[in-house]
Amino acid sequence: MRANLQTSGEISPEIVAEHGLSEAEFARVIEVLGREPNLLELGIFSVMWSEHCSYKSSKIWLKTLPTEGPQVIHGPGENAGVIDIGEGLAAVFKMESHNHPSYIEPYQGAATGVGGILRDVFTMGARPVANLNALRFGDPDHPKTRHLLAGVVAGIGDYGNCVGVPTVGGEVNFDAGYDGNILVNAMTVGIAPKDRIFTSGASGAGNPVVYVGSKTGRDGIHGATMASAEFGAGSETKRPTVQVGDPFTEKLLIEACLELMATDAIVAIQDMGAAGLTCTSFEMASKGGLGVELDLDTVPCREAAMTAYEIMLSESQERMLMVLKPGKEDLARAVFEKWDLDFAVVGRLTETGRMVLKMDGAVVGDLPIDPLAEASPEYDRPWTAAPRPAEVDPASLAPPEDTGRALLSLIGAPDLCSRRWVWEQYDHMVMADTVGRPGGDAALVRIHGSDRALAITTDCTPRYCQADPKAGGAQAVAEAWRNLTAVGAQPLAVTDNLNFGNPERPEIMGQFVGCVQGIAEACRVLGTPVVSGNVSFYNETNGKGIPPTPVIGAVGLVDDIARTTDIAFKAGGEAILLIGETRGHLGASIYLRDLMGRREGAAPPVDLAAEKRNGDFVRALIRAGRVSACHDLADGGLAVALAEMALAGDLGAEIARPAIKRPAIKQPGGGPPGADETPLHAWLFGEDQARYLVTAPEAAAVLEAAGEAGVPAACIGTTGGTALTLPGGEPIFLGELRAAHEGWLPRYMGE
Amino acid sequence: MKAAIIVFPGSNCDRDVQVALGRSMRAGPGAKRAGDGAPVMVWHKDADFDKVDLIVLPGGFAYGDYLRCGAMAAHSPAMREVVRRARKGVPVLGICNGFQVLTETGLLPGAFLPNASLKFVCRDVLIRVETSQSLFTSAYETGQTLRVPVAHHDGNYVAGEDQLERLEARGQIAFRYCDQDGEMTAQANPNGAARNIAGVFNEAKTVLGMMPHPERLADPALGGTDGRPLFDGLVAALS
Repeated sequence: MRANLQTSGEISPEIVAEHGLSEAEFARVIEVLGREPNLLELGIFSVMWSEHCSYKSSKIWLKTLPTEGPQVIHGPGENAGVIDIGEGLAAVFKMESHNHPSYIEPYQGAATGVGGILRDVFTMGARPVANLNALRFGDPDHPKTRHLLAGVVAGIGDYGNCVGVPTVGGEVNFDAGYDGNILVNAMTVGIAPKDRIFTSGASGAGNPVVYVGSKTGRDGIHGATMASAEFGAGSETKRPTVQVGDPFTEKLLIEACLELMATDAIVAIQDMGAAGLTCTSFEMASKGGLGVELDLDTVPCREAAMTAYEIMLSESQERMLMVLKPGKEDLARAVFEKWDLDFAVVGRLTETGRMVLKMDGAVVGDLPIDPLAEASPEYDRPWTAAPRPAEVDPASLAPPEDTGRALLSLIGAPDLCSRRWVWEQYDHMVMADTVGRPGGDAALVRIHGSDRALAITTDCTPRYCQADPKAGGAQAVAEAWRNLTAVGAQPLAVTDNLNFGNPERPEIMGQFVGCVQGIAEACRVLGTPVVSGNVSFYNETNGKGIPPTPVIGAVGLVDDIARTTDIAFKAGGEAILLIGETRGHLGASIYLRDLMGRREGAAPPVDLAAEKRNGDFVRALIRAGRVSACHDLADGGLAVALAEMALAGDLGAEIARPAIKRPAIKQPGGGPPGADETPLHAWLFGEDQARYLVTAPEAAAVLEAAGEAGVPAACIGTTGGTALTLPGGEPIFLGELRAAHEGWLPRYMGE
Repeated sequence: MKAAIIVFPGSNCDRDVQVALGRSMRAGPGAKRAGDGAPVMVWHKDADFDKVDLIVLPGGFAYGDYLRCGAMAAHSPAMREVVRRARKGVPVLGICNGFQVLTETGLLPGAFLPNASLKFVCRDVLIRVETSQSLFTSAYETGQTLRVPVAHHDGNYVAGEDQLERLEARGQIAFRYCDQDGEMTAQANPNGAARNIAGVFNEAKTVLGMMPHPERLADPALGGTDGRPLFDGLVAALS
């Protein structure tokens, strides 16, 4: 038998390089094995030690994130994070990137991104209840952007719509920094009984290892390796490394797995994602401290004459691996056959601590599990912090001729226009629990059969991360926390999807380190541990990296859906209150970029104590039923938030700036130089953090409560009429505002 | 009253309609009888399900909608039984994918093309109740406008001109897409359906197929209840 492992001379330096392993890493392979690997074994090392699977550049920093709290049931390390949401239930969630495949083949890349993250969640025993997507595309004028946008949205829609999980929210942004590397980050949230969570750690030597789902084909081989390298000329030729999705099979797999999970047959279960059968069987055995023996002749294959290498490295979709209790094979087989899915016992757990692969009666691969895992490279890559850009003095910027016209330009521009064209292609109502639909601050998904709900959002402002990674990382967490708060939810925990360029470049690594530091600090102060996540490096083409984009997906809890609110103005004659302090920060703002054509300035400072104080105050107001609408302030500041509230409620407002009171607190750095008073355009369009707009029938009492709580608050206008009137501008009728807001995306897509 | 929901592999609105119909059944006049208030799920391979007063074909992607929407589902064992019972007069409601299945079985006339936009569309639409003279629409007024969501890729209803004329003449059109004034405009039509048709009856009005999802707006927490009278009306008529 050993004869099959005699391989000397087979592996040339070119083959090693093609597998993305460095010389040092290959030397380590030989050390672990005690001999030269054969091609199959090299392929397994290659995917296991790829950046995508091993987190070798990020691990050292990810360890600094807060991951614990009384609400945490499973933090990072499992397929998804699990938190306690009370009444015997748990929320299971994670966000994951599918950036590289989506650029090469947008429809299938995005579709399989959704499929993969769904499997991460239901593999833990949770029924998926919501999908979200954070998408970043290149400049709208870039020749590929339309094609990529159309393909990604159709791929996400077709997959989620067919499996019958509502796609309830997310983000879409455009920036030339993503011209060569779009981002497709998919998040799934599921709900499970908290005492019925399934994990991937195998146990019980001799227990059968079972393969279920679709057959294995030749698609997606080395997808994980591709996702661990930069793009250069000819990346489009990597299309064969992209997998093809089948949402119908996924739907069957969800139902079959949940049906079997209701029995006591399963010891451990994991989906086959990146690096397919290799990664899954390896990780399951590794977590259990066991060995595994697989008979590759028994793996259901789509094509004849597949080699061991192809079977082990295929990333065919909609497949799962399970370890069953002894004697439960027939029970499990009956469930999967009912759903017309493949079912095969492909191996068993062993006590050898080795992964042994057999085919045609011979051993074709034999690897030590623990040494391979322990020798997995871990790098403390050098990093440099970029200098913080200079502040932009808002007083130095010429004010717009008419603030209303400025608002119309912003709200009709690619980054702030309505995303209706996108979300109407997603079934966002299936399962009949979508209480808060897309277009608000956070989606609200009712916990089935109850009056409670999960609030869910994804957020990141790459402009800020570029200007100041630490502030940007913190801001992403703070904005997600605000969005949950603005619907009345208590934020519980987050998942992070960290998208960056090539970590081997110190300036990119510096962005990563800064963002992680900011996320860690914000999560600590705001009480939302990071329970799952994903790192995507090498989002880089021809040496140019994407803007740092650490997307935060956040989940919060609402105890009573009657005690929530949304962004729509509800009734005329209500006072509009601005909560939080306004200094008119225009550095790195949308206003500066879109209206002045300047990409510069410092990111807005993030005062986490103020975030917490203001947010806790607003949430209490919502829960007490004291506000009729609420919206967090973000891109485009006060003016854009007002416009969104007016459009959502189809009700106008008249805004007046309150008399200026200089705040007692001194801003770090002394505040905008030379500005005795915030200029009007900075007041309207500045992107200061920790702010909300609320409408209140009884405004005086709310202002008084704010004063007592030490929360800055001021009345800035009244709802009513059919126009929005800003100080310094002519009234804008809602029809015109709506046409601008709704018009850009359909027009851009040629409709 | 007893109701069955046929579950195909790929159905995904089965639970939603079970909840909505169940809510009306529990509140309905005959709710004291055993088994009331819980429509039963019938697996597509089961041709031998209990006698029921109403059969529902739910939304979703039966058999992945491979081949053609509803085409494979129409040949499942349960559907052969549904067709047999429908021909004997057992009421059948098909929503969205269920409507597509009904046209594939021939229980309802017409067929479906992809939406005129060639894109999936999920949003609230307005539909006009064309007649209150049916089991399904008795709790509405003729001419009433309802707000109900659609969610489909292939909702573009087509039939031959003479077939459409017959549908009109026999009052078989149940719902049409309309604007706020109840007018049948092209803009109010989300998918390009012929004559803005959103739902049709068989000749005896015992079978209804509709693309909009009444089960999705039958609960105030979801933002509307215009779909609820459809279920209330069925329960009142069949209890």
